[in-house]
Amino acid sequence: MTAAQGSATSQAGPILELDDLGVVFTTESGDVPAVRGVSLHVRPGETLALVGESGSGKSTIALAAMGLLDGNALATGSATIAGHQMVGAPEADLAALRGRTVTMVFQEPATALDPLTRIGKQIAEVIRNHREVSGKDAAAEAVGLLRKVGIPEPEKRAGAYPFQLSGGQRQRVVIAMAIANDPTLLIADEPTTALDVTVQAEILDLLRRLAVETGTGVLLVTHNMGVVADFADRVAVMYDGEIVETGPVEDVLLRPSHDYTKRLLAAVPRLSVAEAGPPVPSPAATRPDTEPVVELRDVSVVFGRGKGAVRALDEVSFTVHAGETLGLVGESGSGKSTASRVALGLIRPDSGVASLFGTDLARTRSRARRALRAGIGVVLQDPVASLDARMTVGECIAEPLRVHGRGLSARDRQAKVAAVLERVRLSRDLARRAPRELSGGQRQRVSLARALVLEPRLLVADEPTSALDVSVQEAVLEVISELQDELGFACLFVSHDLAVVQHFAQRVVVMRAGRIEEEGATGATLLHPETDYTRRLLAAVPVPDPVIQRGRRAERLATLAAGRTEAQG
Amino acid sequence: MSALIQPDQMPGKATAAAASGSRLAVRRFLRNRLAVVGLGVVVFFFLFCFIGPLVYSTDQTHTMLEQVNLAPSGSHWLGTDAVGHDELGRLMYGGKVSLIVGLAAGILATVIGTLWGAAAGYAGGWIDAVMMRIVDAGIAIPALFILLVVSAITTPGLTGLIVILGVVSWLMPSRLIRAETLTLKNRDYVLTLRAIGGTHARAIARHILPNSVSTIIVAATFQIADAILLVAYVSYLGLGVQPPATDWGGMLSAGLTAAYSGYWWLILPPGLAIILVVWAFNAIGDGLRDAFDVRGRG
Repeated sequence: MTAAQGSATSQAGPILELDDLGVVFTTESGDVPAVRGVSLHVRPGETLALVGESGSGKSTIALAAMGLLDGNALATGSATIAGHQMVGAPEADLAALRGRTVTMVFQEPATALDPLTRIGKQIAEVIRNHREVSGKDAAAEAVGLLRKVGIPEPEKRAGAYPFQLSGGQRQRVVIAMAIANDPTLLIADEPTTALDVTVQAEILDLLRRLAVETGTGVLLVTHNMGVVADFADRVAVMYDGEIVETGPVEDVLLRPSHDYTKRLLAAVPRLSVAEAGPPVPSPAATRPDTEPVVELRDVSVVFGRGKGAVRALDEVSFTVHAGETLGLVGESGSGKSTASRVALGLIRPDSGVASLFGTDLARTRSRARRALRAGIGVVLQDPVASLDARMTVGECIAEPLRVHGRGLSARDRQAKVAAVLERVRLSRDLARRAPRELSGGQRQRVSLARALVLEPRLLVADEPTSALDVSVQEAVLEVISELQDELGFACLFVSHDLAVVQHFAQRVVVMRAGRIEEEGATGATLLHPETDYTRRLLAAVPVPDPVIQRGRRAERLATLAAGRTEAQG
Repeated sequence: MSALIQPDQMPGKATAAAASGSRLAVRRFLRNRLAVVGLGVVVFFFLFCFIGPLVYSTDQTHTMLEQVNLAPSGSHWLGTDAVGHDELGRLMYGGKVSLIVGLAAGILATVIGTLWGAAAGYAGGWIDAVMMRIVDAGIAIPALFILLVVSAITTPGLTGLIVILGVVSWLMPSRLIRAETLTLKNRDYVLTLRAIGGTHARAIARHILPNSVSTIIVAATFQIADAILLVAYVSYLGLGVQPPATDWGGMLSAGLTAAYSGYWWLILPPGLAIILVVWAFNAIGDGLRDAFDVRGRG
């Protein structure tokens, strides 16, 4: 720990101090060290971001600091919060500290709240757990807290159940509970990962405001470099259970010194905001004059019937041509996945026409439709659920070959599987392995191999990399894009990540609440959006550069404020 | 690109992934002591009932009035019953019926339940609704009631008993398998298969059934335990297999008429055998459920 780190904030003693902290998990196959020799500190009013990829041990540190590790974990070394030793402390002492001195905000707001208790009551409970307050006062305080975290009509909303709130509002309630007893330390473990990007920006604004107002120290655990740039004062980078680099946010994000940090930052897809733009794959490959591979014309889809009916798609039209990638972006519930499933023929449109390779899917007989589908490849989001755990990798990849028979011998099938494995840059020996022996990135490449084994004319990729770490994501996207150049398939790429789409797609369709908000060439649309919605969406994406991000944040808040005065006036 | 370190290739994780699923399941099962004891008990009773008579042969057909209700002794280790049959030999003889009927009925119930539940879950919609309301209605009627009514109408033989028991107890497994199918049919690999034109038959045969095997096996184990108990009930009430054939439930029933005469050797052995075997199958089911890490009752 150098003197430079302390200079950014007050010189008061640290409220969280980890010294040579280690954690070992006892598992069925032996002891696994998750965290080794970690030392760090957080001062009052300071935000320290703990970043790293999955399995780096960052969440384990947060849990160890709270004394919340599972029974099969053993912590060594020291972790003190406001002078109290947390490692090996009796449960009663820890309980007195938790919720009062140190509080925690988890990733998933849906499971952090009791679904059967009104939110006002849940907050009041937290207050009364630690302070001698009458029920009435606690209830009044709860309403005040709801106002503080920006819940509209707090008096009324205090009587609401969690399911009546949106995801962002639920996370606000969780934050209200976390700050109810004026903690000196707030630990936030991926607090915005489950939220849409516009909601993420609001929650980060809220956390920042609270931290500044109350002088609470924040330990922010995240994998998102944009969030780090937006929020943190200092950064600690974790790799394989150890801290490889610590320093002020500008130093670490702009002038990283450790190799791993450099590689990590290089792999983060950055949203280009200036004209220079990313090297978008050449649009020369696009041939808009040819017949589209996929065409949706005025497609509407309604889920449910009667009063509960939801219009998931409303008059949606788009086309994808051979050799081009169309990015379909939008927040959760925008209908982007539904649109991709209509294109796949998995969902029948209630009105409008969905055609594949120039043939209207609704007008084909089932045999002809099956033949058409031989030209489709699919990659879905979840690397675990995408492959049947009871098959070998080779069997998974060979499945499309079996479906569309073609009288291949087992030997031919094996040869094809081996060839396509090499195409996605995996060893052909993997064919005999079980999917569970593979890493997430390797599994997604196996999914891709399965999608490409029939040499399809269309690849539908629904969030193919959102469950992956950035370094792995880059590798997978690179493979897709290379193979596209080689094989010339059309690609319908569904994603919530604007930066990825900007790098990967030639054209983009922005969806919102089942409708198309805006569409056009990626370079134009994502740099100079025409609609307010797209503009807000883009402004909410945090970029992993603290200096630029500070400017963007100020700009976004000014725009929001202007919009609000306009609305009131 | 290749220079990038893949964080999930950490040392330590590799060893965890290397142990294959089935080997891990076996290891978990063997670590469950009760389950292993249960397995031992079941193996013992099978050897006892099927190999036992070859070593210890007795006459279980003729009435031998000269040696009625003898207490255990050197020549009759567990004494004799009211018609002079050797009790130890009878325990083997009756056990055969109990185990065969229990095993067959349990498996039959699981097969019916699996087909019904998988069909309902995969079809979904109104077909699922109708099929599962039928199951709900069936569960509302006590199985014992149906058994008594059927037994009162006809006197079932061995096969008849198996079929009747199987037909009244497939309801619970059908619910389990339906729930399993509901989650499996929405797995990404099933969606992917359907998107590229795979048939429903392939989805069920290649993905849904193989992935339900653990649940099916666990359900079957519990069903066998239930069926053995049901056979005992029915026979105890005098409606099971008819003399001179018998089973543990029938032996218990016959022995109880002599309860006030202090002939404990006619009551304790069949009673203990039923309890032990039913417990053992339940313990195995528990162990398998934990080993496969599937849902089940319990």
